[in-house]
Amino acid sequence: MPWTTVQVEKLGNFFITGDHTGDRVLTYRDALHEALDQFLARDPRVFIMGEGVDDVAGVFGTTKGLKEKYGANRVFDTPIAENSMTGIAAGAAMAGLRPVLIHARMDFLLLSLDQLVNHASKWCYMFGGKVPVPMVVRTISARGWGSGAQHSQCIQGMLMNVPGLKIVAPATPYDAKGLMISAIIDNNPVLFVEHRWLHKTTGYVPEEVYSIPIGKGMIHRKGEDITIVAVSYMLVEALKAAEKLREEGISAEVIDPRTLKPFDEKLLLESVGKTGRLLVADTGCKTGSVASEIAAIAAEKAFHVLRKPVRRVCCPDTPTPTSDVLEKAFYPTADDIFAEAVKLVKE
Amino acid sequence: MDKSKWIEVYRTMKLIRLVEQRINDEYKYDEIKTPIHLSIGQEAVAAGVCIHLRKDDYIFGTHRSHSQYIAKGGDIKKMIAELYLRKTGCARGRGGSMHLVDPDVGILGSSAIVGGNIPLGTGTALASKLLGNDRVTVVFFGDGAADEGTFHESLNFAALKKLPVVYVCENNFYAINSHQLSRQVGDNIHKWAQGYGMPGYQVDGNDVLEVSDYAEKAISRCRRGEGPTLIECLTYRWKGHIGTVDDVGEGYRPKEEYDYWVSRCPIKRFAEFLKSRGVLTAELEKSIDREIYELIEDAFRFAQSSPKPSPDELLDFVYAE
Ligand SMILES: Cc1ncc(C[n+]2csc(CCOP(=O)(O)OP(=O)(O)O)c2C)c(N)n1
Ligand SMILES: [Mg+2]
Repeated sequence: MPWTTVQVEKLGNFFITGDHTGDRVLTYRDALHEALDQFLARDPRVFIMGEGVDDVAGVFGTTKGLKEKYGANRVFDTPIAENSMTGIAAGAAMAGLRPVLIHARMDFLLLSLDQLVNHASKWCYMFGGKVPVPMVVRTISARGWGSGAQHSQCIQGMLMNVPGLKIVAPATPYDAKGLMISAIIDNNPVLFVEHRWLHKTTGYVPEEVYSIPIGKGMIHRKGEDITIVAVSYMLVEALKAAEKLREEGISAEVIDPRTLKPFDEKLLLESVGKTGRLLVADTGCKTGSVASEIAAIAAEKAFHVLRKPVRRVCCPDTPTPTSDVLEKAFYPTADDIFAEAVKLVKE
Repeated sequence: MDKSKWIEVYRTMKLIRLVEQRINDEYKYDEIKTPIHLSIGQEAVAAGVCIHLRKDDYIFGTHRSHSQYIAKGGDIKKMIAELYLRKTGCARGRGGSMHLVDPDVGILGSSAIVGGNIPLGTGTALASKLLGNDRVTVVFFGDGAADEGTFHESLNFAALKKLPVVYVCENNFYAINSHQLSRQVGDNIHKWAQGYGMPGYQVDGNDVLEVSDYAEKAISRCRRGEGPTLIECLTYRWKGHIGTVDDVGEGYRPKEEYDYWVSRCPIKRFAEFLKSRGVLTAELEKSIDREIYELIEDAFRFAQSSPKPSPDELLDFVYAE
């Protein structure tokens, strides 16, 4: 069993409510699987490639059985050559296909930045719109159980600085399916940021095909006193924190941007206009994080309505430690969000 | 190569040469505001390879791609307009000399990142295989690109999947001022192919008939679904690495080396061959030159009189619709 699975299996089963209703409950992992399955069936241009995508584990279950169902031309393993595999996927996209490329760890994505940043993301602009590159790059961040400095990074902040790249980071099963479908349909390279700890999260997911607009966030919980913007897995921690804050008499509005780029500024500014306080929680290290960018948007466009300085709750600027003790100190949790929020509202 | 194609190949080489010379001559007026990398001396490679490609086959080039763009049938007016960074350019002024594109004839873009185009061309070849069509991709790159990981990673993958791609290395012995032997052990490039499980050949890149023979075989191998080939073409650039400078004898490249290669001019050699066979007459030569001259005149006139993009278009094309 992959060691992160050991960790994930220990987690409680977080149930997401509020983004959708119905009677069909799926895990995030199965929601992704369903989106991929449905699009492999619907669109012959779609194919999946990546290290180990066709093995028995099937990328934490998200691609399990798809090779058997669709054949080795549609779902196939690749050499351990992240950069060229990314370029190969981009080339296939230029020739009219819709690849879904998977990096089982976000750390490995770093090896592909030449093809992702210099090529795939620039191609449309550099050639005056003549050659679009419709591809999805799935990348999964791990956490815990000694993953260490090279198997746990959340570098979405770095990639915010790449023109031409769209970045989505769904936190719920409903969004995972809907955004995967949007990412496949989109005519641009879309980085699909997943967090291993979300794979087990459950929520309502309809069986039919649906898409969620890229560039639109959503309010997960309405509130009056403080806006908490939570990126990716931090949504789970933020929702827990919001519940605790309610007990303290603090009404927190929790926003999931869902898409990191292009960012839903309107939703952010409306919420901050109402609450006057902003806390941003991100899974990555603090400096140059998505939280930094969101804070900058608020400073630039909502300065006049802010009643308190913006706060970022992120990992500290250190490589991820492997020691379980240090790991615990490294990752921010609902308690940190709670404590910071209380300070913002009460001090 | 079939005899019937000789004159076409000759014309292509001549067209490349004359376009490049005209660019060279115009560059000093500072209206071509983009770095250029001229292919003068290397014409036989692109011409000898592309003669065997269909319109719907793909090519991917590099920073030094004028020759390939022309040989594949890219629109010359739009190419020159791109060098002048005009709205009418093939990349609408967003690309410049290093980023030429013409999807109508299978030119999906060239990359100025050394080795960067190799995976992309491997990817279009993957698409041909997955779609079950017989379109072939040719990736052109320099000896410098063989230093890069993308070269090795891509060859491995292409051989593994038997992709319809021909890797054409234009080995002009230099990456900027750095000689091949200061970067690689021996004359190795074509030999790598064998290790990756595909045929690899080293050919005289200044002999268009030899280039063409090997390319023809490699391309039909691709069409038959038998997989990739690497062809290393030994050739030489006459101008300096970038711009219009002549760098010979200034501590970079020895004069004797340069003279040797100029004496082996691919166009002169082929013209002599064609004349000895009675295929190219003085009259035909002249009429080809005249036709090319008109075409170039037209292209430069078109480019110079075309509008530049306006500032309010700055953000267009960041994302595809
Ligand atoms: C990744 C990368 N590294 C360095 C450069 C700078 N550079 C531009 S051209 C060049 C030489 C390339 O040599 P070669 O591949 O032999 O092509 P040639 O110029 O000889 O046609 C270098 C190093 C670059 N463009 N991209
Ligand atoms: Mg070279």
